[in-house]
Amino acid sequence: MSKIGLTIAGMLFCTTVAAQSTRDQISIVGSSTVYPFATVVAERFGQTTQYKTPKIESTGSGGGMKLFCNGIGVQHPDITNSSRSIKKGEFESCKANGVTDIIEVLIGFDGITLANSVDSEQLEMSRKDIFLALAKRVPDPNGGDELIDNPYEDWADVNPDLPEIKIEVIGPPPTSGTRDAFVELAMEGGCKAIESIAAIEKTDKDSFKEICHTVREDGAFIEAGENDNLIVQKLEANPDALGIFGFSFLEQNSDLVQPSYIDGFEPTFESISDGTYPVSRPLYFYVKKAHIGVIPGIAEYLLEFTSEGSWGEEGYLADKGMIPLDEETRLSSAESIANFETMTLE
Amino acid sequence: MNAQEKLNTTEVVRGSLKRRYAREKRFRLFGLAAITASLTFLAVLLITITVRGLPAFKQTFIQLEVTLDSKTLGVGENPDINELRKANYNGAIKKSLTALFPDVKKRKDKKALYKLVSKGGQYDLQKRVMADPSLIGETLKVWLPVGDDTNSYIQGNIDSSLPEKKRRFKDNQIQWVDQLTEDKQIQRRFNSTFFERGDSREPEMAGIKGSLFGSMLTLMVTLLLSFPVAVATAIYLEEFAPKNRWTDIIEVNINNLAAVPSIVFGLLGLAIFINFFSLPRSAPIVGGLVLSLMTLPTIIISARAALKSVPPSIRDAALGVGASKLQVVFHHVLPLAMPGILTGTIIGMAQALGETAPLLMIGMVAFIVDVPTSLTDPATVLPVQIYQWADLPEKGFVEKTSAAIMVLLAFLIVMNAVAVYLRRKFERKW
Repeated sequence: MSKIGLTIAGMLFCTTVAAQSTRDQISIVGSSTVYPFATVVAERFGQTTQYKTPKIESTGSGGGMKLFCNGIGVQHPDITNSSRSIKKGEFESCKANGVTDIIEVLIGFDGITLANSVDSEQLEMSRKDIFLALAKRVPDPNGGDELIDNPYEDWADVNPDLPEIKIEVIGPPPTSGTRDAFVELAMEGGCKAIESIAAIEKTDKDSFKEICHTVREDGAFIEAGENDNLIVQKLEANPDALGIFGFSFLEQNSDLVQPSYIDGFEPTFESISDGTYPVSRPLYFYVKKAHIGVIPGIAEYLLEFTSEGSWGEEGYLADKGMIPLDEETRLSSAESIANFETMTLE
Repeated sequence: MNAQEKLNTTEVVRGSLKRRYAREKRFRLFGLAAITASLTFLAVLLITITVRGLPAFKQTFIQLEVTLDSKTLGVGENPDINELRKANYNGAIKKSLTALFPDVKKRKDKKALYKLVSKGGQYDLQKRVMADPSLIGETLKVWLPVGDDTNSYIQGNIDSSLPEKKRRFKDNQIQWVDQLTEDKQIQRRFNSTFFERGDSREPEMAGIKGSLFGSMLTLMVTLLLSFPVAVATAIYLEEFAPKNRWTDIIEVNINNLAAVPSIVFGLLGLAIFINFFSLPRSAPIVGGLVLSLMTLPTIIISARAALKSVPPSIRDAALGVGASKLQVVFHHVLPLAMPGILTGTIIGMAQALGETAPLLMIGMVAFIVDVPTSLTDPATVLPVQIYQWADLPEKGFVEKTSAAIMVLLAFLIVMNAVAVYLRRKFERKW
């Protein structure tokens, strides 16, 4: 019995090693935020071309970049999705491993919403209010520039225009890209609106970041895991709570939750697209130029992704909740992508 | 004095009797309460999953009269296979919808109308035409799957009393669907798509076949590797190995391995199988290797227990009639221990079937549409599929998630039932 098992195992091993020298399927890794959009393109690509459907792993932006930069060759992924632009360190490490020619594709935007149950009042707040309500340390409300542990309990304490309900915000954990973007765009934006802290930015960048990016840990901010559906369900159960999640989940659950206005704007397709809604982030993917022509279908995949029917205003990605770029940017970048223009880091 | 003392003891005992009975009663009540509580939780869990998941086994179809003229499809005469693949089937579907409701003129309304049919509908047409290109130019009556929102409206998951703005399914869409239902152009049928297709981003086109096959391939590798190795290890340690410090250390380590968090095996798999042996990522062979590392200790421990429970008299008798040590083990001890070993193996396999954490590290948590056919094809497994569907924004995936959980549970129940059956059938009482 064990001999048969070993023989079979040995045979499997040999076929595997042989199979690994070629690959006829695009391998994509990266951000879980881009994942729901990239998968739609991949599925369509697989259905309408003679190529196999690309395989897409959801590893997170950082994890994807690491795999992507590991080197050139069939065992390394061809494309990585990212909900932020490539970092300098990552670009260097790519270079060090021989991944020198990278094509950068900005595909669109994703809005981050602060929403509550439709059973309660729709809120209107500023980024400053968000910072004051959620930061670990805030300026003393009794005056002075001194930072104290966040004393606010109700939204009305933060801003008298807001209702008297307890501050209770359900959001993703620090490992999530949504959380990073929320902290960077909403909280840091609010931070800058406070003069005493904005002054710190010029003298001491690190402590500025620490003040603006540290979320309070006294129970007002509740970490709910990476699953946005779970956050929506929790909002339904608790009308006083607010939740942080991506725009596509808001769209799908418009019967259950409503977004808060931030700095006077409601997150809608239009307001995110023209940049007036302040909390949105760009979505990218990066392609290894050296793999084009080696792994079949990459050029066609790029073409499919950057076609009007896909990333355009009426395209199927917009149906899934991705906010498209403006037309001019789309056309010019589609052209440069079709020519495989590689990126440089200035 | 003595009689007095005796009386006292009896009285003491009698006096405490009530308290002792009460204590026993209390203990029984606690036990009963614990079991009731856990059964209630289990029932609640199963009922919510079933209630949520059952609708997923039915799918809604819409009947359309689609004209496949080559102009709409955008194909020339005698199109080749690639042209047929790329043809504009969606255009044909859109045309037949506008023919059904000629009053719809506004762009926005038209868009809403097109959403009635699933985006996957065009691929159904594509498949039919590619199988039989002579269909071009014909007018067909076809049943196509409806879109996600339409499906949830028909299932009654959309509250039409809400103001239109808060609904994903608009007033005009409701009107169209109601009319179509009246005309018997909308039908609910058994959802065969769910069992015949791989993953998809459209909930109505998503199926579990890909992940089911992935699970089977992975488990096959796990079984082929871990069962022989584990049984051989158990036999050696139990029957042949000398009892000394080294075997003690090995035994302690095997017991420890059984308790190691499974993600650690994933990291090991990533470092050894993928980075060192450069096996492909996301392949069932790597998944099977990693899971067999995980199930090995479980099977070894249960196999040793089974071997230990074979009475020594059997061994002595066999040795007494002149059998060699090897013959004793393979002719007598192993067959008698087999039911126990198999039970342990099946339980280990069931554990492996439900595992996701180690697979995350080796790339099996991925969007894979094509159904895997070999051990090196990219694949995913059932629990991973459940995890991924739970994370998607489309509401239609809620019921798919529950339905996939039901399938996984069914598999686990079957596997455990087989384990129980094998034990009952082959067990020997001494």
